[in-house]
Amino acid sequence: MRKGYLGIDVGSVSTNLIVIDEQDEVLVSLYLRTQGQPIRAIQEGIKQLSGLVPDDVEICAAGTTGSARHLAGVMVGADIIKNEITAHAIATSRFVPGVQTILEIGGQDSKIIILRDGIVTDFAMNTVCAAGTGSFLDQQASRLVIPIEKFGEMALKSQHPVRIAGRCAVFAESDMIHKQQLGHSMEDIVAGLCEALVRNYLNNVGKGKEILPPVSFQGGVAANAGMKKAFEKSLQHEVIIPKHFAVMGAVGAAIIAREAVEQTNEKTRFKGFEVTDFSYQTRSFECKSCPNRCEVVQFFQNGEVIARWGSRCGKWDKVS
Amino acid sequence: MKITYPHMGYSYIAFKMLINDLGYEPVVPPEPSKRTIDLGARYAPEFACIPYKVLLGTYLETIEMGAEMAISSGGVGPCRAGYYGVMHQKILNELGYDFKVFILEPPQSNYLDFIKKLKVLKPSVMSWRTFIQLIKKGYSKLEAIDEMEFLMYRFMPYEISKGDTARAFKIALDMLDQAQTEDEIEDARWECRKVMAKVPQDRSRDPLKIGIIGEIYVVLEPAVNFYIQKTLGEMGVYTDRSIWLTSYAQKNVVVEGKVGERDIHEMAHPYLNEMIGGHGINSIGEIVIYAKGGYDGVIQLAPFSCIPEIMAKGIVPRVSREEGIPVMTIFIDEQTAAAGVLTRLEAFLDLLQRRREQKTVKERLA
Repeated sequence: MRKGYLGIDVGSVSTNLIVIDEQDEVLVSLYLRTQGQPIRAIQEGIKQLSGLVPDDVEICAAGTTGSARHLAGVMVGADIIKNEITAHAIATSRFVPGVQTILEIGGQDSKIIILRDGIVTDFAMNTVCAAGTGSFLDQQASRLVIPIEKFGEMALKSQHPVRIAGRCAVFAESDMIHKQQLGHSMEDIVAGLCEALVRNYLNNVGKGKEILPPVSFQGGVAANAGMKKAFEKSLQHEVIIPKHFAVMGAVGAAIIAREAVEQTNEKTRFKGFEVTDFSYQTRSFECKSCPNRCEVVQFFQNGEVIARWGSRCGKWDKVS
Repeated sequence: MKITYPHMGYSYIAFKMLINDLGYEPVVPPEPSKRTIDLGARYAPEFACIPYKVLLGTYLETIEMGAEMAISSGGVGPCRAGYYGVMHQKILNELGYDFKVFILEPPQSNYLDFIKKLKVLKPSVMSWRTFIQLIKKGYSKLEAIDEMEFLMYRFMPYEISKGDTARAFKIALDMLDQAQTEDEIEDARWECRKVMAKVPQDRSRDPLKIGIIGEIYVVLEPAVNFYIQKTLGEMGVYTDRSIWLTSYAQKNVVVEGKVGERDIHEMAHPYLNEMIGGHGINSIGEIVIYAKGGYDGVIQLAPFSCIPEIMAKGIVPRVSREEGIPVMTIFIDEQTAAAGVLTRLEAFLDLLQRRREQKTVKERLA
């Protein structure tokens, strides 16, 4: 029997599941769309995964990350629940030796992580603006009727990218329409959009950070070759895209889970692939104990409450 | 007359007593909640900062409770807070409320005005001596409250069973609330110290140490800063914050720059030697002080769009690099989501923990 470690990253746009072995080699990797239904996505992912994992692999630990990490954690029985920043940093330092800067752009958030001597020294996440993240690119691709997979390829063909105002997603769109009406080619507009988004990212998320090579670019948006080129043009050095760029968060969660279980030598809390057979439900109510009126979310497994969250005072957090 | 005041941490207990002592009826402001912020944001200009919105919301809530006047502090220098009292007054009048916003400016900006205003607050039958004694008594209660809150954050990372310290603090607050005379306050303060010290602690732990800096209101009001110190304490982190109402009053309001404040400014001088309003220069100086004091990291709390803190943030990367201390900034407004703050806190703690481990390894090798 070989040992395998499960990592799940449930983000706003995609749900990624991976299984690594003891050498952190990725055995199975899955990329699903969350489509606003994380519970369904996780169940669907686990179901598909159970068919893909080789029979001689036993899951010895499970870790979750992403914005639905707590939900995923209680559902599958995770050994660790980690934030995305740490998960990305751990995975990238494993696969990009000596990495000093990580640029990560996902569905709705983007982050920059600065590492020195293998440890995180600084990080930032977008706070007030989501222009330039995957969702926006997705939306623009569908508006221009370009398959999102072709978006990057198209940008690479451009000779003279047009300048697009990228500070705000709404204004970027109107500026793009304006450029279209002037008759610029689609290639130049798409490439211009990539440059605008990179500019916006570096000015907002990357502000005040010392971006030193090696630079790793990951997250779903790293699939877009136009974005890579725009980053390289702006940063004036090479940008590395790791092999598992789209699932790095999940890889990190799996590595941290492996390390945690190895350290404690405890049996994993992973409930097994059967979680797909359980029925999960979320119901919420408004707590009326104080004027905060917190919306408390209750999570049921087969009709039984297994977790609650959302109360500011912590009154409902414990499940008895 | 029914008088209210802004809610700032646990200070409401002392102000309640003081207003009562002066012969008015205090209206204790409710802890800022989602409703407070909603009310404030509805009537405030969009680009006003979160302290402005919370205060406006508080006034509207206390008006419902019957308050006729609010006493608040003003401000000088390049920070918008100086205009806020006037603006609050205008908005409340336009909404049709007969409510007075009474602003006490820092005395050194205009002594005559300050005394004139105190005269308004002092009941005419009361002697100046009694008046001053009552203010002193209120201040000593405020100090006792500050001390207990301070002890709570000191003890939390060491508590053996979770929640013990917070419970002890609640008991202590009630005791201080009951104490009315100068002697009672002094006695209660001693008793409170005992209550706090009784919390079972494991002193062998070596928790991460984080300094909390930034703009006064978001630093002082837990309901606005997502109970950051309590949250960190529960995660086993030792926190120290740079601003307290009593030390604040001592350093800023009474004798600007002459007590402790000056060294904060001096510490900031290599990076910034200009008053930039609010607590901007303090934020820089305090990072230096925490770095020299062996802290693992610093968290800067700032209202979204707060100019002094934005300017300070621009200088932070250099201070952080040269002093060798990680700094994370959290901007707060009515849009800030708790989930985002928690994610950042978790990641920051991971960063500090790994950094410390690496440091220990390096020291062992050397």
